[in-house]
Amino acid sequence: MNGGKHATAESITLTIDQNAISCRNGLSVLEAAREHGIDIPTLCWLEGLTLWGGCRLCMVEIEGSPRLFAACATQCTEGMVIHTQSPRLHRYRRTIVEMLLAERNHVCSVCVSNGHCELQAMAQRLGVDHVHLPYRFPRLSVDNSHDFFRLDHNRCILCTRCVRVCAEIEGAHTKDVKGRGIQAAIIHDLDQPWVESQTCTSCGKCVNVCPTGALTHRGTAIGEMIKKHEFLPYLKLMREVHQ
Amino acid sequence: MYPTGPIPKPPSDDKRWRIVEATMRRNGFEPQALIESLHSVQQAMGYLDEPAMKWVAACLRVPLSKIQGVATFYHHFTLKPQGKHTCVVCLGTACYIKGSRQILESVQSQLGIQGGQTTADGRVSLLVARCIGACGLAPATVLDGQVLAKTDTDLLLKRLQSVTDGKAES
Amino acid sequence: MKPEDLASLADKQRAINAACKHRIGVCTESGCVSSQSDQIAAKFNELVKSRGLQKDVRVVGVGCMGLCGNGPMVKIDDGAPMYQNVTPEHCAAILDGLDSPLGNPQLRHLLCDLNQPFFRRQKLVVRSNSGLIDPEDINDCIAHGAYESLLKVLTELSPTDVINQITLSGLRGRGGAGFPTGLKWSTVAKAGGPSKFVICNGDEGDPGAFMDRSVMEGDPHRVIEGMAIAAYAVGADHGVIYVRAEYPLAVKRLTRAINQAMRHELLGNSLFGTRFNFNIEIRLGAGAFVCGEETALIASVEGNRGVPRPRPPYPANSGLYGCPTLINNVETYATIAPIIREGAAWFAAIGTAKSKGTKIFALTGAVQNTGLIEVPMGISLRDIVFDLGGGVPAGRTFKAIQTGGPSGGCICGQNLDIPLDYESLAAIGSIMGSGGMIVMDDTSNMVDVARFFMEFCMSESCGKCVPCRVGTWQIHHLLDRIYKGHGAPEDLVLLKELCEMVKATSLCGLGQSAPNPVLSTLRNFESDYLALIEKGRADREAALSGPHDSGTTVPLEVIS
Repeated sequence: MNGGKHATAESITLTIDQNAISCRNGLSVLEAAREHGIDIPTLCWLEGLTLWGGCRLCMVEIEGSPRLFAACATQCTEGMVIHTQSPRLHRYRRTIVEMLLAERNHVCSVCVSNGHCELQAMAQRLGVDHVHLPYRFPRLSVDNSHDFFRLDHNRCILCTRCVRVCAEIEGAHTKDVKGRGIQAAIIHDLDQPWVESQTCTSCGKCVNVCPTGALTHRGTAIGEMIKKHEFLPYLKLMREVHQ
Repeated sequence: MYPTGPIPKPPSDDKRWRIVEATMRRNGFEPQALIESLHSVQQAMGYLDEPAMKWVAACLRVPLSKIQGVATFYHHFTLKPQGKHTCVVCLGTACYIKGSRQILESVQSQLGIQGGQTTADGRVSLLVARCIGACGLAPATVLDGQVLAKTDTDLLLKRLQSVTDGKAES
Repeated sequence: MKPEDLASLADKQRAINAACKHRIGVCTESGCVSSQSDQIAAKFNELVKSRGLQKDVRVVGVGCMGLCGNGPMVKIDDGAPMYQNVTPEHCAAILDGLDSPLGNPQLRHLLCDLNQPFFRRQKLVVRSNSGLIDPEDINDCIAHGAYESLLKVLTELSPTDVINQITLSGLRGRGGAGFPTGLKWSTVAKAGGPSKFVICNGDEGDPGAFMDRSVMEGDPHRVIEGMAIAAYAVGADHGVIYVRAEYPLAVKRLTRAINQAMRHELLGNSLFGTRFNFNIEIRLGAGAFVCGEETALIASVEGNRGVPRPRPPYPANSGLYGCPTLINNVETYATIAPIIREGAAWFAAIGTAKSKGTKIFALTGAVQNTGLIEVPMGISLRDIVFDLGGGVPAGRTFKAIQTGGPSGGCICGQNLDIPLDYESLAAIGSIMGSGGMIVMDDTSNMVDVARFFMEFCMSESCGKCVPCRVGTWQIHHLLDRIYKGHGAPEDLVLLKELCEMVKATSLCGLGQSAPNPVLSTLRNFESDYLALIEKGRADREAALSGPHDSGTTVPLEVIS
């Protein structure tokens, strides 16, 4: 997605939320907006990982089309006029967060990621103080088998950041998604307890990229789990330099 | 051509693995042949078990988690052995509006299992189809590969009974 | 095969066919096979042998004749007479009546009225050879004109000419969305790259639709020919047919057809002595409706979970293995050869201003005649239901017709007179879709129908994007609640909001169109929703006020 590689990187101009900006050709709307301090909400997107396009929080309006566009998956073009904020977008984003909260069992008060959770922060940012949708309350398990890490399916939002970092950066591809639809879930190898995985290197990258308390270090108490993923763009850059 | 070293050994001496290996060979042991290979395993062995998936993963150089992800994504694949007999109830639109849900409920209560399950004695598996493409014959059911057009619930239940009683076995 | 070989092969086979006095066509497609049509063919063969008629009578397995609900069907010579609901016991009598053009009078109850609107009002373009040819015999297909268009294209037309013809014909994708086929082809033709692919989407997952199955089973060479012409036009040399694993007979017929075509050098290298090479392989689906979506289909062909990805890039520029890829549906490819043979103008003269040609529909549900119909675009739904379909069964009243499957909508009686084309259907909240058409009478409750489709979408959602994964569950949950009498009037407001949101924000066509059955039933049949909500309310009230013994369930009578 990064246009920086192109030697002939010409620059283009476009308008985001009434700000005329110029950016390198080849950037996505999301990247261009972030470069100019306009923060479009996302949960599945993470710098350094491939595009997923699943959370749909970054939907924006582009003048000239009645459709909405995912900012992460839409390339900037010359003269584009983009709106990242509107009552309609705001309503949809809130519904997405409500859907995520109602999908599984997110109980912030007992979560080790309380206060450092991207889903919680997103709910606060969008002003979600209520879930209007019926809760599903599914019965989900916690994989506590690994010596250092824990996977709590109750807190997973299926953003697949862990799957992508494991396959793309670590190269182990220990994690993937099983099933489909509302039944989908993260697995290790052949859907085995984490500790039995023969491919996991216990590198912990998956824990650090997880936006919620689904993947955590064992032994952390409520609110103690703080994630760091600054390593990602660095690793990606180093790979590119040495290849 | 397998790129490096010998082809991993199949899980057992069972000759049916050769059919699967032939499928993979025909596709050059390319990772893209994963779904074809799983079809081949299921056709030869009836279902996908762990040793089979590990072997296919090794042959095609596909991560284990990916093969599990693919096998569980597609409804056609089953990870558990199927019953000796299968009964499929079509829940396509045409069948549904002609009462296939009631047929399904009757079969479920007679067999004491839900769609997608196999009776405890391993005799019958009950499957639910999305549409078998026999909409002109709705409601359609399939008993051991034979389509019952415009299914009469009582007749189906009677046939199922003879299957569960073992009378239909040769 | 050399160019001149095709005509001589056709002549040879025509002579063989003509030498035989009578031809008995027994339908051997999935529908009729399930009513034991294979036993009927066997019985005919046995009788022909025992009566020593081998020289005069040939029994052939043929494709679908349309009236699937009355199968098994048997067709004598090139069309008439035609018998329906045949059993092996009737074979002898049918043979007795072979020489009479009106059939055996003793079997009058089995004779199919070929003058009835079901047959008379059809226009066969794609299905012109279905029911006539033996799909398992390439020579018989060639005798009926197969591969003539490919020969013409390869020897007389440039790729640009072909694309121009398709563009001029006005053909639009028959898979559902109706994208102009010529435009799609020219995009792929313009895309650069060392290799390109053409894919045939035979993943007919839409419940209630079986047109593509019928085309693949009844005339597989027409699909192959269409793909070869497309490949020549866009500059591809490799084709993939993606077929549902649930269609074993289609897979068998296609495999056989491909092998025969390769033996006849109608697939392979240097076709008809030109520099055009083309090969086809079959890939099996494995039961995932979402794989009808282009990018999910490509993921599946590549051996992955059938999960869609954001577009652009479109497959026309970056598709299978990153190469430019043309994806069309079975029926679209099957329309190509007739367009080339008869000309773009001929095709464009059929249909309406924006929707040209004919379309095959699978007419099922509460109608007298169920089966496959091919009709010109622009015909009204009323004509289809009441004329071709013969109306709803006696004693019932028409309620709705559902088009487009889980992505489509329920159309009420008021809209029955609209002309059948892409735009008109979209305007009333449905879609053309792949061609499923399910008629419902007053016994169908529209909330139940909406719930049925939402249950389908929920279990077919790949789970990648939140609005589709969770939204379909939430909508289904609401519909279930309303259907079971636990709904409240404000649920309808929430339902509409959720539908609008899922439609606007989902990643792929599955999620974007999943709310259509709900929105269309809410608009056209809101009374069904309100009645259930009101009945539930009344039931609860009655339960509270009525006498009730502890330990027994409350009676569900409505007090009005």
